[in-house]
Amino acid sequence: MEISEYLKAERSQPWREELRKSVKNADRTKRERVVMPEQDAAVRATNQKEVNLGLSKEQAMNEAVRCLDCVDPTCIKGCPVNINIPKFIKCIEAGEFLQAAKALKETNALPSVCGRVCPQEVQCEANCFYTQKLKKHAVAIGNLERFAADYERESGKISVPEVATPNGIRVAVVGSGPAGLAAAGDLTRYGYDVTVFEALHEIGGVLKYGIPEFRLPNIIVDVEIENLRKMGVRFETNFIVGKTSGFDALRTEGYKAFFIGSGAGLPNFMNIPGENCIGIFSSNEYLTRINLMGAARPECDTPVLSGHHVAVIGGGNTAMDSVRTAKRLGAARAMIVYRRSMNEMPARAEEIYHAQQEGVEFMCLHNPVEYRADKKGRVNRMIVQKMELGDPDASGRRRPTPVEGSEFPIDVDTVVVSVGVSPNPLIANALPSLELTRWGTLAVNPETMQTSIPDLFAGGDIVRGGATVILAMGDGRRAAAGIHQYLSLS
Amino acid sequence: MCFPSDFKLIRVNKIIKKEFLSENVFRMEIEAPRIAQSREAGHFVMIRIGEGGERIPLTIADADAARGTVTLIVQKVGCTSAKLSKLNEGDFISDVVGPLGNATHIEKTGTVLCAGGGVGIAPLYPIVQGFKRAGNRVITVLAARSADLLILEKEMTEFSDDVIVMTDDGSHGKKGLVTAGMEEVILREKVNQAVVIGPAVMMKFAAATTQKYNIPTMVSLNTIMVDGTGMCGACRCSVGDKTRFVCVDGPEFDAHQVNFDEMLQRLGAYKDDEMAAYQQYLNS
Repeated sequence: MEISEYLKAERSQPWREELRKSVKNADRTKRERVVMPEQDAAVRATNQKEVNLGLSKEQAMNEAVRCLDCVDPTCIKGCPVNINIPKFIKCIEAGEFLQAAKALKETNALPSVCGRVCPQEVQCEANCFYTQKLKKHAVAIGNLERFAADYERESGKISVPEVATPNGIRVAVVGSGPAGLAAAGDLTRYGYDVTVFEALHEIGGVLKYGIPEFRLPNIIVDVEIENLRKMGVRFETNFIVGKTSGFDALRTEGYKAFFIGSGAGLPNFMNIPGENCIGIFSSNEYLTRINLMGAARPECDTPVLSGHHVAVIGGGNTAMDSVRTAKRLGAARAMIVYRRSMNEMPARAEEIYHAQQEGVEFMCLHNPVEYRADKKGRVNRMIVQKMELGDPDASGRRRPTPVEGSEFPIDVDTVVVSVGVSPNPLIANALPSLELTRWGTLAVNPETMQTSIPDLFAGGDIVRGGATVILAMGDGRRAAAGIHQYLSLS
Repeated sequence: MCFPSDFKLIRVNKIIKKEFLSENVFRMEIEAPRIAQSREAGHFVMIRIGEGGERIPLTIADADAARGTVTLIVQKVGCTSAKLSKLNEGDFISDVVGPLGNATHIEKTGTVLCAGGGVGIAPLYPIVQGFKRAGNRVITVLAARSADLLILEKEMTEFSDDVIVMTDDGSHGKKGLVTAGMEEVILREKVNQAVVIGPAVMMKFAAATTQKYNIPTMVSLNTIMVDGTGMCGACRCSVGDKTRFVCVDGPEFDAHQVNFDEMLQRLGAYKDDEMAAYQQYLNS
């Protein structure tokens, strides 16, 4: 069945029609968007607990009333995994919270993750009728998604999505981040025997090593993974496909197709003098030490250098995660140093706002040009240069150009470089015939996510170079469909 | 060897054999069939012991694909190596992942001078084997502080055309540093290539020695790592003014291009934390 037909059929169910009639649209649109309760900024800047506290039942039901259950639900077009948004929201309005969670899980393997970290403001909510036509605040789709998923988890009645009769065909998923988990979920539903291979000792990829506890608690990720296990997905940690065993060895062991979701790979540095001083980290290293290895917890062995004056270079979500983490570890001064202006900053508005509330300084239109160190080699000063914006570049953002002679020093003892990542060469090295793009990412057919090697599909950052959790999940789902089609034909 | 399709993906990493080679250096043979089959000279593994444990890189000293085991030789220097030394035969290491890094580039070049210091002799062992099997004349210089700290002399002798032992105190072999032994060989005969593995400061001086005689030299670096797969960049070092990642670009590099002073400094980044943690561990 076509998606549009399915949506229409769902929308014309009697309970939906009745619900639509129960409140006049004029009364729905009069309501203000429910504000997400959050921890007080001064308190939360000293703890690792979640910033957003989640909606109460009443708040969620009130917000759900705002949704008009449109004939043409444009919000869904903004969702990379095509969640049936009106259906789950109307379930909430009806007080059927478990049904709402079930509706989410029809197409989304990780709703409580997406409800927290998706940039809804540029996806579903940007396409909401309220944003588009009424010029009002969108229905809080993301907050409602989080509510439904959290309600289900806390109820102890988590539904396990139905899977097709197992067909016994083995498929390997390489990497257990959002792309891999989404692919594994869908492949299992199609009936495949799925094993997820993870290089690290923990399942979850960037959801574990990258995104901090105060934005996405590990327990939330673990529950979603447990649910995939219940569906039949197997997980193998400490296994680097291409190193521990090669693709050919796994083919011999019966794997008929592979999904590569191995992630972003190598952190970029700026290659400026002094960048290898002690106390200068990539954001990947800084966040991994703290999130995955527990460096801030006394019971963990991994150390991390705690800084008093911390500069984070970059303006993306990872930069915000790093700077807010530094603040929580006790930095007296935690600052973002970004070469463009606030308007070009790629981080989510919510993350920037939260960081500001927590006392993070923003030094826009500045760029480091050199680091200096003390006798022991620890960074103690950074030389920054002022920047100004010129004409738009290829990305459409105004190009920053240095202001000559504007350099000045800033005292710092810790620097986190968060200026993007380059593809990890591990997969490409293991498969010399694999076709790459000129950026070194894997070349794929955008519809099926198939690479130049027929039984190999890929998605997420290894294809995109650096994107969001939800885009990676969308890739994983598309690849799962591509693999299903490929294996059905062969 | 090929794994049958019903090969159980069970938690392996069982310690099959353990013995102390000296007071602080021990050898462990670990069940890790896939790694044993895939590893080559130059590769390393990352290990982690239990919840809250840190990840540390350890070079593979030997492997037996038929038995499905890899051998690690480890010096007790801190918390994690001390925890590892407490595990016994039959125990499991919670996490072992590998083989990581690039394999040693081994070819027939003539005479190869292999110099190892301390536990650096362990990763040198498969490299000596490799060069010998490739048909080279292999001369090995082994160095340690004293006789009781010298490891793998017998094994190395088996695969070397000549072995020179150097100890700081003269308790075994000749008295002197590794560089003295290397220079003796270089002055005695034509050396086409050198391989040096040991403490960073030893590699620094050994590299300076071979540079004097224009001998192409490779070192295997043992920097601090977190993930070991290229993700974090903790292991970065300057090689010929370029920043390289030891885990995915190395661990072997042209010795004459490596900035050892920077590497030595970076190795000391957590010295205070490490010492404090080790003290706390010893007291617990």
